[in-house]
Amino acid sequence: MSGPGAPTTTGVSDRRVQPDDEAEQESALEPFAGHRATGVRHLLSIADLGRDGILEIMRVSDAFAEVAERPIPKVPALRGRTVATVFMEPSTRTRLSFETAAKRLSADVMTFTAATSAAVKGESLRDTVETIDAMGIDAMVIRHHASGAPLRVTEWVGASVINAGDGTHEHPTQALLDCFTIREALTAQRDGAVPADLTGLRIAIVGDIKHSRVARSDVLAFSALGAEVVLVAPPTLMPASLEGWPVKTSGDLDSVLGELDVVYLLRIQSERLGEVLLPSLDEYHWRYGLTKARADALKKEALVMHPGPMIRGVEISPEVADLPASLVTRQVRNGVVVRMAVLFHLLGSGVI
Amino acid sequence: MARQIAHTQMADIVVRGGTLVDETGERRGDVLVSEGRIVAVGDGIDAPKGATVLDAGGCVVGPGLVDLHAHLREPGGEIAETVESGSRAAALGGYTAVVAMPNTEPAIDSAAVARDVLALGETALAEIAVAGAITVGRRGERLVPMAELAALGVRLFTDDGRGVQHGGLMRRALEYASGLGVVLAQHCEDEQLAAGGHMHEGAWSSRLGIAGQPALAEEAMLARDIALVRLTGTPMHFLHLSTAGAIEMIKRAKAEGLAVTAEVTPHHLALCDAAVASFDPVFKVKPPLRTARDVAAVREGVLSGVVDAIATDHAPHAPERKDDPFDEAPAGMLGLETALSVAYGALCGPSGEPAGAGDDHGWVPRSGGAPMSMRDLFGLFSWRPARIAGLDRDARGPRGALGGQGGPLRPGAAGNLAVFDPSLEWVVDPGRQASRSRNTPYRGRRLTGKVRHTVFAGEVVVKDGASQR
Repeated sequence: MSGPGAPTTTGVSDRRVQPDDEAEQESALEPFAGHRATGVRHLLSIADLGRDGILEIMRVSDAFAEVAERPIPKVPALRGRTVATVFMEPSTRTRLSFETAAKRLSADVMTFTAATSAAVKGESLRDTVETIDAMGIDAMVIRHHASGAPLRVTEWVGASVINAGDGTHEHPTQALLDCFTIREALTAQRDGAVPADLTGLRIAIVGDIKHSRVARSDVLAFSALGAEVVLVAPPTLMPASLEGWPVKTSGDLDSVLGELDVVYLLRIQSERLGEVLLPSLDEYHWRYGLTKARADALKKEALVMHPGPMIRGVEISPEVADLPASLVTRQVRNGVVVRMAVLFHLLGSGVI
Repeated sequence: MARQIAHTQMADIVVRGGTLVDETGERRGDVLVSEGRIVAVGDGIDAPKGATVLDAGGCVVGPGLVDLHAHLREPGGEIAETVESGSRAAALGGYTAVVAMPNTEPAIDSAAVARDVLALGETALAEIAVAGAITVGRRGERLVPMAELAALGVRLFTDDGRGVQHGGLMRRALEYASGLGVVLAQHCEDEQLAAGGHMHEGAWSSRLGIAGQPALAEEAMLARDIALVRLTGTPMHFLHLSTAGAIEMIKRAKAEGLAVTAEVTPHHLALCDAAVASFDPVFKVKPPLRTARDVAAVREGVLSGVVDAIATDHAPHAPERKDDPFDEAPAGMLGLETALSVAYGALCGPSGEPAGAGDDHGWVPRSGGAPMSMRDLFGLFSWRPARIAGLDRDARGPRGALGGQGGPLRPGAAGNLAVFDPSLEWVVDPGRQASRSRNTPYRGRRLTGKVRHTVFAGEVVVKDGASQR
């Protein structure tokens, strides 16, 4: 049996774990995928897109980025289509991003949030989504606190299902907007030359990997585009096993800083203290926080990213969050553009 | 009693043309059952006038199966199962005796509740034995009146669904039980180490983002309890063991001469944690589906004789509960109607083939090696569990022709028979099962081998795969 993916305490180690015997090979994990691919109708995991699908979304996003610059940033691409956002977990940011994207494509938008819904009256997820589906919708954007809930929903509804974050499993549109944001920053650094993919980049994802749906989607997306991914976290915040993950790991942020092209910081949730995964947030900041001194140790052109919401003083120092290298607000802006591309990719036909 | 009246009206039964298996071996022959008992075994038995003839051509005829571990949900969980519906499912699976687990509501922790369940069992389609809880309300605080329950015939005690967390309390339970002629059975799960995990902790849980529970949660409690058996000398039975490490520990404990027995489930012989990639809660179970390597080790434990019994851990849940997301759905899967077929595929089927045909994600093919004999398979399902539960003794008296489970097939033995057709292919359709619930992990799966007839206490309760009442 493969042991817990205990990272080394210094430097980078290769964690591409090989199956250790024949029995293990029989269950060998297919190319890194969190679930069975569901094809082109839904977007549940980055594995549904693969490298070609991600690059296609990037190209469509380029076109919608141009739309966003227009005086009236709206196109009729999804006129007459209905998109429902079903958020069973509070998230104003992602919901607004999807709804803005749908409206800019001229789709009608229905909003369903757990706080105002039948779910608080005890209705099951299945009954909730079947009811919404029966109203006649084309896409359901779902956020749920349980891993895998959107995949179950695809068995119950006729609409296209888009995963807007499920438990600690995946958050594919976040990974797509992250790829788009890195690509955009590289284009600017290279005087307008758009890179084909992310080959040659070294990206560190730092923080609570174990509980992060963003990390799982980002690992898939960044590696599909050719980047080298290093996961940096204390052993208690690493997944139990990294068998089959296309990543390297490190327990020591300082030892990898100088080689990085992108530092991707994850939010540290204070409830992890109660689970005895960390002694204190101060200790975390001391070992893994992106302080001014650590930011100074980065390459000059290195990028700093964060999926938000950002906790200043824990994973990032306030002064670093506002440096020009920080792409955090750019990520938010690109979220709308990339979600337009995703909706168009799944629902649209014809011209933009 | 109702059953004894029924006996006097019961037609004679001839089971014709099968291969007979029991502890004494394997031979061809017919079986004649009359007045609840086997009265003749041999070649070319003439059917008496009015006898029911069961065709067993191409089939294996063995003593009725004995399940050490089924959740019949009554009292309190009748929406999911009742003693009657559960016993019908059991009969369809070839079982003539079932030990009902005590995690009902209220729990079977008093003579009153035990008597209620035994009374419900009087009209069931299989013998219903009950297991008592070890602690009141299964709360792990105070011992149940074990001697009073033992006097009612309760032989197994367990807090199943939970393990007894408190080592000191478990020691006292074992000490108190010594001399009562009972066996304490443990659901090995250290709740602190399990830490709210919903599946096996490993490559798949990490990838799927589902909180895992490590193999250690099972093994740590097993290690503690083996040490307690060494200390107290009271026999213990270990329920649904699922890890390579656990099988190895049982092997060593037995080599040391400790009074331990172990069961495994059909699903831990057939499925691995990759099945959870569907996020379908029908694959959520305790202990969780483990790695393919663990499945191989559990099979090896069965083949080598370390494991004493295969038990279903039949755990019905109402359909809407299995529509909840994976980490909110209850753990447990149906087993009674599919157990022998699934185990046959995992242990006796062609090598390199999964235990059944269908979606292979999470199915572990049978690797090389000779297939298990039908006699050994029936041993794991019939006489060995019958002995652990104390159901092998022929208990004439207030409960009529009950007891006497597990054979052997000879004149005078109780009329409990399972007729299994190893070549019959069938597709599992949850809507057509007798259980009130539908949470089978084998939905839509083509299985090879099926129970054709079941005779319980001299009554044909299943004929040609159909329940007779």
